[in-house]
Amino acid sequence: MALHNLKPYEDRILIDNKNNFKKVAMATAIAAATVFTSMSAFSAVHPVTGETLAADQTYTYRLLDGIPTMDPTLGEDVNGSQIMRDLFEGLLNQDASGAEEPGVALGYDVSADGKTYTFNLRKSNWSNGDPVTAHDFVYAWQRAVDPKTAASYQWYMKMMNVVNINAVADGKMAVDQLGVKADGDYKFVVSLDAPLPYFASMVTHPVTFPVHKATVEKHGQAWTRPENMVSNGAYKLTEWVLKERNVRERNTAYWNNDATILDKVVALVINDENQALIRYKAGDLDQTEVPAGQYPAMKKSLPNEATSFPRLCNYYYTFNLSDNGPEVFKDLRVRKALSYAIDRDVIVNNVTKGGQYPAYSFTPAATSGFKMPTIDYSKWSQKDRDAKAVALLAEAGYGKGMKTLKFDMLYNSSESHKKIATVMAQMWKQKLGVEAVLANQEWKTFLETRKTGGFQLARGAWCGDYNEASTFLDLVTTEAGYNHGRWVNKEVDQLMSDAKTATDPNINYTRVEQIMAADMPVIPVYHYTGVLMLKENFKGYPINNVQTTTYSRVMYKTAK
Amino acid sequence: MFSFIVRRIFSSIPTMLILILISFALMRFAPGSPFSTERGLPPEVLANLEAKYGLNLPWFEQLFTYIKNILFHFDFGPSFKYKDISVNEILAQGFPVTLTYGLWSFVVAVTVGIPLGIIAAIRHNTALDYAAVGITIGAQVLPNFVMAPILVIIFSLWLEWLPGGGWNGGQWQYVILPVIALSTSYMASIARIARSSMLEVLHSNFIRTAKAKGLPMRNIILRHALKPALLPVVTYLGPAFVGMITGSVVIDMYFSTGGMGQFFVDAALSRDYSLLMGVTILFGVMTILFNAVVDIAYAWLDPKIRL
Amino acid sequence: MLVNKKKMESMADSMSSHAPIEGRSLWQDAMGRFMHNKAALISLIVLVTMIATSFIGPYLSPWDFESIDWALLGNAAEMGAPSIENGHYFGTDDLGRDQFARVMVGTQISLMVGIVGTAVAVVVGVLYGAISGYFGGRLDNVMMRFVDILMSIPYMFILIILFVMFGRSIYLLFIGLGLFSWMDMARIVRGQTLAIKHKEYIEAAVAAGVSDFKIILKHIVPNLLGIVVVYTSLLIPGLILTESFISFLGLGIQEPLTSWGALINDGAKTIQYGTLWQLLFPLAFFVTGLFCFFFIGDGLRDAFDPKDR
Repeated sequence: MALHNLKPYEDRILIDNKNNFKKVAMATAIAAATVFTSMSAFSAVHPVTGETLAADQTYTYRLLDGIPTMDPTLGEDVNGSQIMRDLFEGLLNQDASGAEEPGVALGYDVSADGKTYTFNLRKSNWSNGDPVTAHDFVYAWQRAVDPKTAASYQWYMKMMNVVNINAVADGKMAVDQLGVKADGDYKFVVSLDAPLPYFASMVTHPVTFPVHKATVEKHGQAWTRPENMVSNGAYKLTEWVLKERNVRERNTAYWNNDATILDKVVALVINDENQALIRYKAGDLDQTEVPAGQYPAMKKSLPNEATSFPRLCNYYYTFNLSDNGPEVFKDLRVRKALSYAIDRDVIVNNVTKGGQYPAYSFTPAATSGFKMPTIDYSKWSQKDRDAKAVALLAEAGYGKGMKTLKFDMLYNSSESHKKIATVMAQMWKQKLGVEAVLANQEWKTFLETRKTGGFQLARGAWCGDYNEASTFLDLVTTEAGYNHGRWVNKEVDQLMSDAKTATDPNINYTRVEQIMAADMPVIPVYHYTGVLMLKENFKGYPINNVQTTTYSRVMYKTAK
Repeated sequence: MFSFIVRRIFSSIPTMLILILISFALMRFAPGSPFSTERGLPPEVLANLEAKYGLNLPWFEQLFTYIKNILFHFDFGPSFKYKDISVNEILAQGFPVTLTYGLWSFVVAVTVGIPLGIIAAIRHNTALDYAAVGITIGAQVLPNFVMAPILVIIFSLWLEWLPGGGWNGGQWQYVILPVIALSTSYMASIARIARSSMLEVLHSNFIRTAKAKGLPMRNIILRHALKPALLPVVTYLGPAFVGMITGSVVIDMYFSTGGMGQFFVDAALSRDYSLLMGVTILFGVMTILFNAVVDIAYAWLDPKIRL
Repeated sequence: MLVNKKKMESMADSMSSHAPIEGRSLWQDAMGRFMHNKAALISLIVLVTMIATSFIGPYLSPWDFESIDWALLGNAAEMGAPSIENGHYFGTDDLGRDQFARVMVGTQISLMVGIVGTAVAVVVGVLYGAISGYFGGRLDNVMMRFVDILMSIPYMFILIILFVMFGRSIYLLFIGLGLFSWMDMARIVRGQTLAIKHKEYIEAAVAAGVSDFKIILKHIVPNLLGIVVVYTSLLIPGLILTESFISFLGLGIQEPLTSWGALINDGAKTIQYGTLWQLLFPLAFFVTGLFCFFFIGDGLRDAFDPKDR
């Protein structure tokens, strides 16, 4: 395997997920940034675009809920990791398109057998002035795997195939036996049990970020309070009121502080999305989500602020095909009929209305490298689909003058899930005479019901962990915990396991999608978009990164 | 008086124990766990978490440890959802917020409600009285989850006078809208109670006697009628105060104040056992405390009642 | 919370002093007085009309409460306004469902929740209070102590836990609301039972060997009806308000069924999007309904408690 070495930041080379080198002709911030200093922000201009910057570089956005933890090792939610990426910096970062770029590591070398990664760290400092060294990474990784830490993302660490990781995670081996070590202060060496092509992309995740050992040991779990925290990212935590606000401010000790433009990032907890939109209109916020169904209206009134962009998430309903599930769903004709009768265009155009994509496949088309197969019913007109659905259902013995098909459809309490479920149920009722009884459960109960298989038809949705089709298609294999409908298909299992070592796994993925379209274990409904209001003078939000990995340090506000 | 207070304190202990038992039992019967997530954690990770939070112990041991920690260390344990923070700290962060706007709402409700009710009663069957009755019933039935967004649209979006939410350490601009939204219906209830009890007093024999004697109306009301007329109002104030604090869920959600109400709902939804217990116990204590305060105030106002 | 306890108790006292002897004429007096109370009478008429409309209304509308008008789905702000032409008299909701039909269903459900919840509270409260008062002694002590304990529990919180954890069903709503509102009733009834249990006709019944259970049901409970009626009229709007709060939390009735609280909550969320009819129609019904209950309650109280006039 080739030697991967990311050159210094000044003329950076980016690699994408499939480890192809790609020279990106993009002006970098650094050269210009040495001239630009944020302190003299008055009538300053952006080093790359040349836009005049606003004097007040404070970015305020809405958070749905309080962030459970400020500890990168313990975090598990998306909103939390956005904050973590501001406060801490890992080995590699993602650029605006989602490809890796240097973080604390300037680059890395991979051994010929692909089993040893050596990250070359830059000289950088913690917010208290201590140097960031390979020992900090060793400590953080050991801490993340240690069962006593009880990190939720321990499973993520395990996926990285680090030597001895399973024994350490199970408490059978001391943490210092983990296959990570510091070679001097600035070389962090990871040994793997087996080569892992996407290993480098995995170290952009917050659970792999360094933590400051002395601080953690001194304060215990209270180390994340603003007054105690020592961090190495572009920002420092200055205020954290659980259900009210979270404030980070510029970390002058950050190695690339000169390139940071925003001085202050304020996240306000606003539970109700409509209330958040009012406050956005009142000028309290620079960014907030658009409530379901309101995008066209907002686009009309504020065309330069309403934004919709694809995200790597799907939305579907899964049939319960296990022994607990209703007998009737084991009939392929019934499954197909129910799927055909859903007018996905109506759902995305008249209900969600945020530019979502009607889905006939499980994997979103935006997934990198994924080749969408030709799915027959996606090409039909809705009229043909409806006719086919009626015919199939009649064949199965249901419909006018025959038995009435009746089942429960389960979703978790939320305004938009409620709307979609209502519309789907009405489509079935009016076209097929099917009685789908809505049943909503609040989140935790819903999760429990779905996990234990106590449902008939249940909502499911998945956001990709990484930008490759297997993040979705692994879910439908027999062994997958998220395969709640317990669909079993040996060919799919084989294809997915072969894909791990195949030269072009995308051929397998396309085949799996074809099988799914033919066997219809789930009803794909739509593929997500992110729908945001972004103030016109607020720039740099990564709308081209399908995983919406954000770094506040690349965002900025222009003068109005 | 002193022995009464001591008695109240002792008699509240079984109440608290029952409250703890009920909430503990409800939580354990509830489906889902604090650690259930969309992706579902692998069993090993779950086991780690359960060991960390003591959920692997038998339930009676958990309950016993929990009660023991509260009694001897005043420690409500770590929060399950907020991993870096203890329940004590969350209560210390959220309760002052709730208490601040709760107290202000109480003050507003009392200072507006009582005079309104009294005046309406004195001017019985006049236009003023009818207006007062209409407005108070209207205010009483208008849900505060309707009022809150209307207030924000008017004062924050259109007039731009006040911030539409947040707390910001309790600066006065941030307190006003929550207080209006919260106090209105209680103000209306207080006015209605004050009005009807004042009416009753004004028709009673001793007031008629006073009138017959030719005492000036102002004197009759201030010196003779007011105190007995306030008795039923006082009875209502205890539950009203507790209501203003527990009813704060709506306020917290709309105005994003970071108060206790939202923590309660959130704790129930996320199965944060210890936080849920902490908030329930806190509100239980408040309920008992204010009911006792009311009883004492009642005794002071009505000499017929003996503690 | 809406019922003035002390007043109810004093009223109970005054009623018990004459109720047994002149029970019938008290009822007639009360009805007479009630009929002369204009506000209460009008409220009663409005309320009855509203209930009748909620049952007849659906037959007058071309739309039912759950069918989607596909032409209007997702276009509520532009095309969903109230209109006679397309048959959506109150406009549509965001999904193109007929708001008129939904308000009718919401009215039925909310009133049902209020009435059934109150019925649960009254049945439990009357029996509990009557038993406690009739037997007296240690049983009375224990039973009233238990009521005291229950009253110190922040019941809204327990209710939220119940709904969150055991899902939503209309039965849980009835029972949950009812079971947390019977304590006041029990106290009042107990007090009154204590007052009448030494009357001659009760003692005669005891002497004649009538069973305790029968005495409670046949001789004590009927004499409590006045107070029960008044209390009921005040408790119903209280429970409707509570239901609306539960709906606000997203824990109320299951779609596609709906209630006043759920409709108002949906409407309140969309006030900034130019679909004000989604809020105003259900809110008007809700406010009118509660106004009526309050006036009727006041009228009944005045009717049964003449000294207040």
